[in-house]
Amino acid sequence: MVNHPIPSQVASRLRKGKAGPAAAIGGSLVTPFTIVLAVLVGIALFFLAQRFIYGLGAVTNINNGYPWGVWVVWDVVIATGFACGGYAMALVCYVMNRGEYHHLVRPALTASLFGYTLGGLSVLIDLGRYWNFWHILWPGYAQPGSVMFEVAACISLYIIVLWIEFSPAFLEHLGLKDVKAKLNKVMFFFIGLGVLLPTMHQSSLGSLLVVFGSQIHPLWQTPLLPLLFLLTAVCMGFAIVILEATLAAVGFKRDIAGELPMLSKIGKIIMGILVAYLVIRLGDLMVRGAIFKVFTSGAKSVMFLIEMAAFAYPIVVLSSPANRRRLSKLLAAAISMLTGAVLYRIDAFLVAYDTGPGWHYFPSVPEMMVTIGVIAIEVLAYIVFVRKFPILPGHSTPAAAE
Amino acid sequence: MTITRRNFLRRAAAGGTAAVAACATLAPSGAEARESHKVPENAVGLLYDATLCIGCKACMSACKEANNLPLEDTIGEKLWDTPLELSGKTYNVIKVYQSGTMENKDKAENGFAHIKRSCLHCADPSCVSACPVSAMTKDAKTGIVGYNKDACIGCRYCVAACPFGVPQFQYDTPKPEIAKCQLCRHRMAEGKFAACAEACPTGATIFGSYASLSAEIDRRRAMKPGEPNLFPLRTPDSGDTHEKAAPQYVDYVYGQKDAGGTQVRYLSGVAFDKLALPMGLPDRAFAADSETMQHTLYGGMILPVVALAGLVTAAWRGSKNHHDDDDFDMFDHPEGGHK
Repeated sequence: MVNHPIPSQVASRLRKGKAGPAAAIGGSLVTPFTIVLAVLVGIALFFLAQRFIYGLGAVTNINNGYPWGVWVVWDVVIATGFACGGYAMALVCYVMNRGEYHHLVRPALTASLFGYTLGGLSVLIDLGRYWNFWHILWPGYAQPGSVMFEVAACISLYIIVLWIEFSPAFLEHLGLKDVKAKLNKVMFFFIGLGVLLPTMHQSSLGSLLVVFGSQIHPLWQTPLLPLLFLLTAVCMGFAIVILEATLAAVGFKRDIAGELPMLSKIGKIIMGILVAYLVIRLGDLMVRGAIFKVFTSGAKSVMFLIEMAAFAYPIVVLSSPANRRRLSKLLAAAISMLTGAVLYRIDAFLVAYDTGPGWHYFPSVPEMMVTIGVIAIEVLAYIVFVRKFPILPGHSTPAAAE
Repeated sequence: MTITRRNFLRRAAAGGTAAVAACATLAPSGAEARESHKVPENAVGLLYDATLCIGCKACMSACKEANNLPLEDTIGEKLWDTPLELSGKTYNVIKVYQSGTMENKDKAENGFAHIKRSCLHCADPSCVSACPVSAMTKDAKTGIVGYNKDACIGCRYCVAACPFGVPQFQYDTPKPEIAKCQLCRHRMAEGKFAACAEACPTGATIFGSYASLSAEIDRRRAMKPGEPNLFPLRTPDSGDTHEKAAPQYVDYVYGQKDAGGTQVRYLSGVAFDKLALPMGLPDRAFAADSETMQHTLYGGMILPVVALAGLVTAAWRGSKNHHDDDDFDMFDHPEGGHK
C-alpha cells in the first residue's frame, strides 16, 4: 500500500479536515496489493473451469446431506449481508431524513453495488443447471410460493436499482449532465425501492430455513427467522460502513477526522439494534422453551454462546459515549458485530442443520479459493472505482477538485 | 435548513402511521394460516411391509431398469450394483437394521429388519413448496411428486428441504439432475404401475390407490399375531396371495400423519426410528408453515406496496425539504443535505 503515488494536489486536498463533495482520488491501479488480488482471481478461475467441466463435486465438498456449502452461505447469504451498507445508509439518510450522514452514502453504495452484483453472479457458479437460471423469473416456471423465488426476484431487482442509484457517479464521469438531472428528479422513487427490496430479501434469507422444519436445531429454528435476519442485516450494513471508512482511511492514507462524528452516531445505532435483536432472540427462545437447550446441545451450544458473546461485546463497548468517539473502539465493536452476524448465518444454515446421521461438510480448499477469488474481484473493483470515480468524500471545494 | 428533533420525530411518526396502516390492512389475510394439503381423492401410493421383505433387492434392479439408471459400485469390486443409500444413480434402496446376534427377523433385540428407502410422495411436499421454478410438482389427481429436469435450475433447495432426505443431486457431472422416485408415472401412462411393486416376490411392496392401501393397512393391523393370513402380491386386489403367519407390528403406521402425511406408508415389527425414518415430525407439513409466512408477508403484495409508498414518500419529502430548486442532486448536495 506504501507505493500509492498520490498526486500532491490530491494529497494536500485530502489533508483538510472538512468533508466536502465526493471526488475520484486518483493514483495507480497497479500495486503489490492489487497484484495479489489479481492472482487470487486467477486461482479461482482455474477451479471454476474444473467445476464447469466436471461438475460441482470435482471442486466442492457439498453432498446430499449438506447440499448448500460456502458458495451459498458465504457468497450469497453472508456477502449480501456485508453489502447492506448502502441499504443501512439510505435508510437513515433519506428515509429517516438524517442528511448529515450523506457523505457516507456513496462509498457504502459502492460496496453494496459490488457485493450484490457479485453475490447475484456467483449464484450462477453454484446452480447445477445454471443455463436455466432465467426460469426463476419467467412466468410459467416461477413459483411464488417458494421463498427462494422471493429472494431471487428481490435480489435481481435490487441489483438493477443499485446501479440506477449509483449511476450519478458514472453520469458525472461521462459528462451526461442532462440525463443526470432528469434521473435525479425521480431518484426518490429508486431510493424508496432501494430500501424496500433489501428489507424483503434480507428477511427472506432467514425465511428460507422455515421449510427445513425440525432439520434446523431449535436454538435457530423459529418463525421469527425473517425478523432476526433483517435486524442483523441492517446492523451488518452499519458495521461495514465503519469498517469501510477505516480501511479507506488506512489504505488510501486519508484523514478520517471529518467522518468520525458520523461514525460514532452509527455506533449508537448499532448498539440500539443489537439490544433489540438480543431481546427478541432470547425472548423467543424463552417463549418456545428452547432456552434450556443453550447449554445442553454440545457443539451447537458452544457456537450459540460464541455468537451471543460477539453480539454482546459491541453493546458493552458502545454503551460508553467516550468509546463511541474513539475509532479503535468503534472498529472493535463493528468487527465483533460482523463476526456475530457471520456466525449467525453459518450456524443457522450449516451448524444447526442436521439432515440425519452420517453426513458431514467442511468446505474444500478449492471451494474456499473460489469464494476468496470472488471477494478479491470485489475488492479490486472497489479500488478501481474509488480511484477513477467520485466516490469517497472529498476534502475541498469542487473547483479545487478539477 | 437544519433538522430539528421535532422535525425528525414528526417524519418518523408519519412513517410509523403508514406502517401501522399496512399492518392493519394485512391483519385479516395474515390470520389465515394455510392448512396442510390433504392426500388427493384419487391418489395412488405404496405400502411397504418390512415384515414381508426378505431383502432380495428385486425392487432395486426393477427400479434401475424401469428408470434407465446406471449401476453403482460402492465397494470397488465391480461385481454388482451396490448402492448403500439413495444417490444420484439410485431412486430406491433396501437397507437393513442389525442388532446383536441378528437371530430374529423383525425384532429390535438381537434381530434385523429391512427398510425400503424411496420417495414417500408427501401430501404436502417440502420439495414442491421450496422449488422456485416449478420443477418439482405434485400431480393434482394421482398425488405423485414428479420432477422436470428441463425446468430445474439445480439450486438443491429441494435436497435440503426434504425431511426424509429423498431428492438426490448429481455432483459428478456438468449436466446434473435431481434423482428421485416418481412412482413410475411414465409406466402408468402405459397402463402399468410401480416397477418395485410389480417385481416384489413377497408382497412387501404393493402399489394401489391410497384408499385401498388404507383398507389393507387396517386389515393387517387387525390380524392376530402368529395366525396364518393371506398377503396379496403387487397390488391389494391382484388376487395373487401367499399365506404367512401374521407378524407382531409396532403400533404405528409410518406416513399416516408424519410431516402432514405421505402416500407411501410403512408397517414394521421394529420401531421406525431404528429404520432411519425420522420420528417426531409434526402432523402439520413444514411447507404449510413456510407458505403461511410468505402469504402473511407478501399476500397480494399489499404490505410491500404500502411500505413502498411510505418509503418513497419519505424519500421524496427528504429531497423536497432540502432543495426546492430543480438542480437538486440526491448524491451531491454539499454539507449533507443542508443548503
